[in-house]
Amino acid sequence: MSERLTPFLWLLFSAGGTVAAFLFPAHLVLTGLAVPLGWVDAPAYESLRTFIQHPTGRLYFFVFISLPLFHWAHRFRYTLKDALQLHSTAIVGVLCYGTALVGTLITAYTLWNM
Amino acid sequence: MTGELQHTASHPKSYQPRMPLLWWLKNGAYTKFMLRELTCVFVAFFAFVYLWELRAVAQGADAYARFLARLETPLFLTLNVVALLFVLFHAITWINLTPTVAVVRIGGTRVPDGMIVGSNYLAWAVISGVIFWFFARG
Repeated sequence: MSERLTPFLWLLFSAGGTVAAFLFPAHLVLTGLAVPLGWVDAPAYESLRTFIQHPTGRLYFFVFISLPLFHWAHRFRYTLKDALQLHSTAIVGVLCYGTALVGTLITAYTLWNM
Repeated sequence: MTGELQHTASHPKSYQPRMPLLWWLKNGAYTKFMLRELTCVFVAFFAFVYLWELRAVAQGADAYARFLARLETPLFLTLNVVALLFVLFHAITWINLTPTVAVVRIGGTRVPDGMIVGSNYLAWAVISGVIFWFFARG
């Protein structure tokens, strides 16, 4: 992995980790537990669609999905390096950041066409 | 940390002993470190759940209803409970590290670690409250 890219990847790791720390727990409780168990009603289809079509909603969903994927890519790469002691991590790097990039592109494409 | 080392005269190839594959189970601190690192897997899992939701909303009301029904299955309920525990572990360790990462000085005095951590927990609570208020209205 290019040395010049490293600071940028650490920045994405940091930004994604902050998004995951501050936004994920509440959304996990809501979407993962409260809605499926019937504690609260799911967002109605039309209102959720309207929110996602609004520029604020588009930005929110993009940041919510993309940055944490890059956080995962960076941290998982080093986890594999530490845990499995893989000294050549080029393929691991490509797979990790590549997955995050593909997820980001699908998110951007979907939001663009909403 | 910065990719492959260059083996030069001033930086010879270092001796890198191989450790057992499960070296991180030998000591509670190592295990905690590895569990913290693995929180990222559940972060990615939940990011993909939201990408799935986004795709479902883009496809239409039926796809969105199927998405909601799938989350009611025992498999996804279990996955989401486990993901919540790991994401909470991530959030707590992340916030507790903020005074180490960002040293704040006001008028030459270093802001105490407890105040930085405390204000982050407060921000977390406020943001979570706003999310509940906004997304649980139906």
